[in-house]
Amino acid sequence: MLFLLLVATGIPLMVYYKPSVDQAYDSMKEIQFIVPTGRFVRNVHRWAAHGMVVCVILHMARAFYTAAYKGERKFNWVVGMILFVLTLGLSFTGYLLPWDQLAFWAVTIGSEIAQSPRELTDALGITAWFDIGGFQKRLLLGANQVGQEGLIRFYVLHVMVLPLLMGIFLAVHFWRIRKDGGLTRPADADAIPDECAQSNGKGDAPESRPSRTYGLMAIVPGRTPAVDRSMANTIPTFPNVLYSIAALSMLTLAVMLALGYFFDAPLKEEANPAVPENPAKAPWYFLGLQELVSYSAFMGGVGIPFIVVLGLMLVPYLDRDPEDVGVWFGGRRGKRVTLLTAFFAAVVVISMLIFTVQYGWLRNWYPRIPQIIITFVNPGTVMVVAFAAWSLFITKYTNSTRMGALAVFTCFLVAFVILTYFASVHRGPNWNFYWSQSDWPVH
Amino acid sequence: MSSDLQRSPRFETPPTRRDVLGLASIWSACVALGVAILGALRLPMPSVFPESNSRVKLGPLGQFVGVPVTAVPEHRLWVFADQAGLYAISAVCTHLGCIVARSEEGFHCPCHGSRFDAQGNVIGGPAPKPLAYLQLTVSPDGQLVVDKETEVSAETRLQV
Repeated sequence: MLFLLLVATGIPLMVYYKPSVDQAYDSMKEIQFIVPTGRFVRNVHRWAAHGMVVCVILHMARAFYTAAYKGERKFNWVVGMILFVLTLGLSFTGYLLPWDQLAFWAVTIGSEIAQSPRELTDALGITAWFDIGGFQKRLLLGANQVGQEGLIRFYVLHVMVLPLLMGIFLAVHFWRIRKDGGLTRPADADAIPDECAQSNGKGDAPESRPSRTYGLMAIVPGRTPAVDRSMANTIPTFPNVLYSIAALSMLTLAVMLALGYFFDAPLKEEANPAVPENPAKAPWYFLGLQELVSYSAFMGGVGIPFIVVLGLMLVPYLDRDPEDVGVWFGGRRGKRVTLLTAFFAAVVVISMLIFTVQYGWLRNWYPRIPQIIITFVNPGTVMVVAFAAWSLFITKYTNSTRMGALAVFTCFLVAFVILTYFASVHRGPNWNFYWSQSDWPVH
Repeated sequence: MSSDLQRSPRFETPPTRRDVLGLASIWSACVALGVAILGALRLPMPSVFPESNSRVKLGPLGQFVGVPVTAVPEHRLWVFADQAGLYAISAVCTHLGCIVARSEEGFHCPCHGSRFDAQGNVIGGPAPKPLAYLQLTVSPDGQLVVDKETEVSAETRLQV
C-alpha cells in the first residue's frame, strides 16, 4: 500500500522535478511553494517513504519472531531481505534528489563508501591493479566527482531501476506467500486445526499454517488481528482478506495524508560543495550505519552491512528445525532467550559506545597504527563478533538452532535501535558526544 | 505420450533430432542474449570523465608568499607558507570525502569526527590516511598553479 502511495505521489512529483544540478533545488522550491498541492504531495511522498522503512522493519521482526521463514518459506524470507535492501536503496536515492545540503553530502559520502574497499586494497598495496572501490564510485557517479552525471544516475535508479525491481520482487513475494502459505491449497487448509492453533497461540501449529505474511501492506503487521483471523478462515478467505486489506489501506492512507498535511518534509539549504553541514547527519534509518562508518569506512559502510544482510538471508538455511512455526518467539524458552539476548546486546552496544566515547579507539592511542588493524578491529566489528559468539553459545547451550536464530536477530534489532538512537540524539558537531542538542556549542 | 515417457527413461533412448535442434537453438539464443547484455553493461562506465582540468591557477604568486595560510574554498584546499616554501593541503577528508575545517589542533571533519594535526596526520577518528599534499607549480605568467589530482609527499615545498 505504501509502495503504491509512493508511486502515486512520485509520478506527479516527476512532472515538475528537473534532475539537473542547477535546477533541481529550484524545482524543489517550485514544488514546495508554487505548484498547486505540490507541497502536500511531496510531504506525503516523504512520509510514506519513512513509513515504508518502519513497516518493512516491523514486518521483518514479525516474520522472524513467528518463525515465518521456515520450511517452504525459506526463499520468501530471502526475497523479503532483498526488498528490505531495495527499500533502503530507494530511500537513499530519493533523498539525494533535492540537491540540498543533505543530498549533496549524502551523495558524496555514499559514493565514497562505494570507494571504501580502497581502505583494504591500499593496505594490501594492490589498489593500482585492483581498484574495485574506484570502479564502484565511478560507476555510481559516472565521474570522479559528485556532479551532474551522478545526479542523473541516482535519478534513473530512483524513478526507474529500483521501483521496477521493487515491483518484480514484491510480486514474487506476494506470489510466494500464497504458494507457501497454503492459502490456495485445499489439502493444507483441511489439515489446519486453525481455531485451536489460533486461540491459544502456542499449540503445535502445523508447518503448513498460513504465514500471515502480509508483505508491506500492513501498517503494524504484528498486531493486525483482522488479518490473522481472516487468514485462519479456511473457506471464504477472499472477501475477508480483501476487507481487512482495504481497511488497512484506508488507515494507512489516512495516517499518511494527515502526516503530510501537518508536517512538512525538510528541505535544507542549496548544496554547497565547499562546506558540509556540521553535524552532517543522514536520515534516521541510516544513522546507525553512520555511527559504524565513523569507526571504519569500509567495515561500517560495506563489511558489516554485507555480513548482516547475508547473515539474515542465510538464517532459514541454517535454522532448519521445523518447530515453532507460527508461534511468537517459539514459546516460553524462546521468550526467555529473546529477553536475555536483548539484555546482552544492549549491554554490549551501550558499553562499547561508552568506552569509545570515553577513551577513544586505537587511532587515538597509537596514531601510527596501520589502518588495516583498525579496519578489522573497531567497535563495530567487536560488536559483530560478540553477537556471533553469543548466538553460537545460545545454539550450543539450548541445542536449538531456532534459539540461536532468535539470538542473532534480536542482537541485530537491538543494535540497530540503540545505534540509531545514539547517533540521532547524542552525536553533535564534529560527530562529538553530547547529552542533548542544547549542549551543542554555539557558532 | 506421458505413459511412453514413463516406460522409457530419457537416458536410455537416443535423443531425437528435434530435441537436439530445439535445445541447440534455445542455448544459442541464451548465449547471444548473454553476450548482448554483457556488452550493454559496458555502457554505464564512461570512457571520458566530465571533469575540468585538475590543474588550476590560484592567483599571482606574490599573493601567497609569506602569508602563513590562505584558504581556497572553491578548490577545497589551503595554501600554507613556511620558511622552506609553499605547500598546499587538500581539505577533502580521506575518510569519506567531507570537507574538513581548521581547528586548534589542526583540522577536524564534521561528518564522522576525524581529527588531524597541523601537518595533516590523523590523530583520531576513522580517517585511514593523512590529508593529501597537492602539487604546486608556477605558471609562465607568474601564477601559482595547483594540481588537485597529484599528491606529493608532506616534505615537498615550492621554493620561491
